[in-house]
Amino acid sequence: MNRKSIFPQHKPPRWAQRLLERITAPHLREEIQGDMDELFDKRGQRSGYAKARLLYVVDLLLLLHPRLWRREPARMGKLRHSKFNDIPKSFLHPDMIRNYLKIAVRNLVKNKSYSAINIGGLAVGMAVAMLIGIWINDEVSANEHHKNYETIYEVKMHQTFDGHRGTQDALPFPIGEELKANYPDFKAVVMYDRGDGHRSLIVGAQKFLKYGLYIGEDAIDMFSLTILNGDKNPLKEPYSIVLTDETAHALFGNQDPIGKTLKLDNTTDLKVTAVVARQPTNATLQFDYLLPWQLQEKIYDWVVKYHKTNWGNNSWGAFVQLKEGIDPAQTNAKIKDMVLTHLSNDPNIRKSIKPEVFLHPMAKWRLYSEFTEGENTGGFIKYVRLFGIFGAFILVIACINFMNLSTARSEKRAKEVGVRKAVGSGRKQLIGQFLSESTLIAALALLLALGLVMPSLPYFNTLTEKTMTIEFGNPVFWSVVVIFTLFTGLLAGSYPALYLSSFNPVTILKGGVHVGKSASLPRKILVVVQFTFSVVLMIGTIIIYQQIQYGKNRPAGFTNKGLISINSSSHLVTHFEALRAELLATGAVSSICQSNSPPTQIWSSNSGWEWKGSTPEDKSAVFTTITTNYDYIKTIGIRLKEGRDFSRDFTTDSLGVLVNESAVKRMGLKHPVGEKLRWAGKDRTVVGVVPDLVMDSPYQAIRPLTIVFENWTAFLNVRINPAVAPSVAIQKIRPIFDKFNPGFPFDYKFADTEYNKKFYYEELIGNLSAIVSVLAIFISCLGLFGLASFMAEQRTKEIGIRKVLGASVANVWALLSKDFVQLVIISCLVASPVAWYAMNKWLESYTYKISIGAGVFLVVLIAALLITLLTISYQAFKAALLNPVKSLKSE
Amino acid sequence: MKGTQLGEFEEIILLTIALLYDDAYSVAVVEELGQRLERPMSLGAVHRTMQRLEEKGLVHSRFGESTAERGGRRKRLFTVTAAGEEVLQESRRIRNNLWADIPKAAFGGSVA
Repeated sequence: MNRKSIFPQHKPPRWAQRLLERITAPHLREEIQGDMDELFDKRGQRSGYAKARLLYVVDLLLLLHPRLWRREPARMGKLRHSKFNDIPKSFLHPDMIRNYLKIAVRNLVKNKSYSAINIGGLAVGMAVAMLIGIWINDEVSANEHHKNYETIYEVKMHQTFDGHRGTQDALPFPIGEELKANYPDFKAVVMYDRGDGHRSLIVGAQKFLKYGLYIGEDAIDMFSLTILNGDKNPLKEPYSIVLTDETAHALFGNQDPIGKTLKLDNTTDLKVTAVVARQPTNATLQFDYLLPWQLQEKIYDWVVKYHKTNWGNNSWGAFVQLKEGIDPAQTNAKIKDMVLTHLSNDPNIRKSIKPEVFLHPMAKWRLYSEFTEGENTGGFIKYVRLFGIFGAFILVIACINFMNLSTARSEKRAKEVGVRKAVGSGRKQLIGQFLSESTLIAALALLLALGLVMPSLPYFNTLTEKTMTIEFGNPVFWSVVVIFTLFTGLLAGSYPALYLSSFNPVTILKGGVHVGKSASLPRKILVVVQFTFSVVLMIGTIIIYQQIQYGKNRPAGFTNKGLISINSSSHLVTHFEALRAELLATGAVSSICQSNSPPTQIWSSNSGWEWKGSTPEDKSAVFTTITTNYDYIKTIGIRLKEGRDFSRDFTTDSLGVLVNESAVKRMGLKHPVGEKLRWAGKDRTVVGVVPDLVMDSPYQAIRPLTIVFENWTAFLNVRINPAVAPSVAIQKIRPIFDKFNPGFPFDYKFADTEYNKKFYYEELIGNLSAIVSVLAIFISCLGLFGLASFMAEQRTKEIGIRKVLGASVANVWALLSKDFVQLVIISCLVASPVAWYAMNKWLESYTYKISIGAGVFLVVLIAALLITLLTISYQAFKAALLNPVKSLKSE
Repeated sequence: MKGTQLGEFEEIILLTIALLYDDAYSVAVVEELGQRLERPMSLGAVHRTMQRLEEKGLVHSRFGESTAERGGRRKRLFTVTAAGEEVLQESRRIRNNLWADIPKAAFGGSVA
């Protein structure tokens, strides 16, 4: 044979050889390389090596096929037909996993009701936990969309009044300039106005009431607001306005708003300089429009007159951005005394009020906004935590359910384990089988949970007033969900997997093993844990509702039905008498008055009051203040304790004052009417005493209040004639307001609606916890139902024998119910002190609160027992009514 | 029995393996078929078919001797298994039956 081929000049292309070497599966490599070389050699001799090389490449291309690089499994088929095919496969072999899943699906389909209970319960639990998770994520990630999230701070100030250290975001006007000029730590300083923010924007003949604020020009960069259209520095010129895209659309429709003019509060023409994207709903900085900070000085002369250089009046807010790498603690130390230094001439401020300026980081704005005695004590975070705990409760309850039902069912499968082992199944394979079965159920529950969450999210958004979405694109979401599902599946499957697989097949198949006894204790403990959680939730919900109702039932001291308040304007105040006359003439209005705040809020508080016997320290005592003139008591609907309302008949009443009972107590006045008080440089006479009006939080102590005769009007309050329906009255007074207040849309608020908003958070929490606890009970009952049916089934023979021996249906029912009733009673005993402690903690933040009575616990105990009995009675009766002949005949 | 469905190419390869008897390996099959069918055979196609036949249990393989033109590498030698022979016989029987039942007139009476 010619051996030419071994000489180097006759070799196939090197690249082709290398490629072949690289891609061929190891077990095929020797044979294929040999074949290719042999063919090359033969062809080279026959028709020349040039052609052989070409054919080598062609053959290589035609070899390209998965079979060329597929590893060992490609040779699997050989095993199948070899005589060694009974060698056990690894328990993780693809064939085995396919088999596990097949068995799992068969089991699920065979026990349909059990599967439905199990999957359904777990899915509901997962869905609730997911919704709560989305909600918590929305709260926790609030404000994170600002690029300078890490370096933005709000400037706040602690001050001591009447022995209490309070914290406020209201600051003196000149602080902004000083922060900018004297402290190099700041990259930017932005002042803003803390007013009500509702202003009238007029475009052509259309009037819009929108919310916005005056803010420094650096705010655009600081808060990384997205400019969709227009100037990059749009707040530079004083007569400009920045609109959100939403507002721009409302005002100008589809026209380009840039450069258009609109009228602010019917007085000032402003040019639209930019349109920015609306802030997400969980952002702290919210607005429909922004106005340049300098504009206020142009519009309001009192800003320059009273505020520009005044360090003693705190009405303004400030945001700052620190330069990169600056430690806020150091900056805090520097700015601490900046207000105090300017006011150090006043001994009262130096010695007792002691204003201390500090920075509050953006990360804490939403959830940690509360301060007590100068310490940051949290805030909304307590609700986030509460619901985190609720979510965890529900999940634990659902998992316990899942585990209990899975383990209870799996005991029925001891025989299956025996047979499998006898046939040659290894322990690992059994573990694999049980684990993959429970993981499959968990995965199905996850799918169902996603199916439940998606349609319920819009309702959840309405309930929580948010715009949350599931972040399907977020890998964190998926990893949490997948890890949780695997965890639940593996945990629930671990008991049957590890315990049942350890049995000796001979004993099982002989029928000698009774797995029920040894396994029932942990299951009982789990049921107790589950019901404890449910009962805690139930008690908690009832107490929250009781507290809400208690607050609602608190006498407000005034009649909020049939009372409306309207934003005032200079025009309305100037023509007040004429307006009043026309309104009264309609017959729809029985009374009208002016005030500085709406009847459901108190906006002003002041110190510096002096009274008979007051000490110099008492000057720092804070009294909330309402300013008004005539007809306040009549309009608001207050029943006076003593004295009378301000009256037009007494000219001296322009120096009159009304006080509430708390104020009388604080001042220690025996006979308040006629007492002389001194405040703001004027001597004032007490003309009447009002009861403690609930105008702030209905759950807090009523602060001492002074109602002062001053014209700081911001609101008009209108008492509707009780004989006229409110909707009719509104129709009648609307044209009058339109006539007297041409620059503003007629915008009114009913006091009773506003009053009910005070309960918003409590009601939200109450409703959410009601939903959570109903679901918790539901899931627990599902589990109980499943367990009861399992128990009844296990004891079929026992019940049959008992019946033969003369047991009645009631006897059997009692027999089956007894165990569960015991467990529920134990749960209630454990849950009651836990719930009592937790709810007492919750109530601590309220001054006006219920005391938790024993009644709640009794009611919940009875309810829990009833629910339990109802749940298991179906199974108990079914078992008790079974004909013993049938149950004993089987086998 | 699974694997009795033989494709045409599979059948040809199987027959060639039987024909080459003691020296049936891929290159030999390629050469043999290349001559008999008078068209170039792709090594890849032959290879894959032989693998498939082995998975179906119709052929059995073992490593043979190594030769110099293979760069000292061994060849994989195939032999037809009993199952393979059975399949071939079956397919032949079906064909024969079909031929036998074709009416004389169908091919102009010239069929023997």
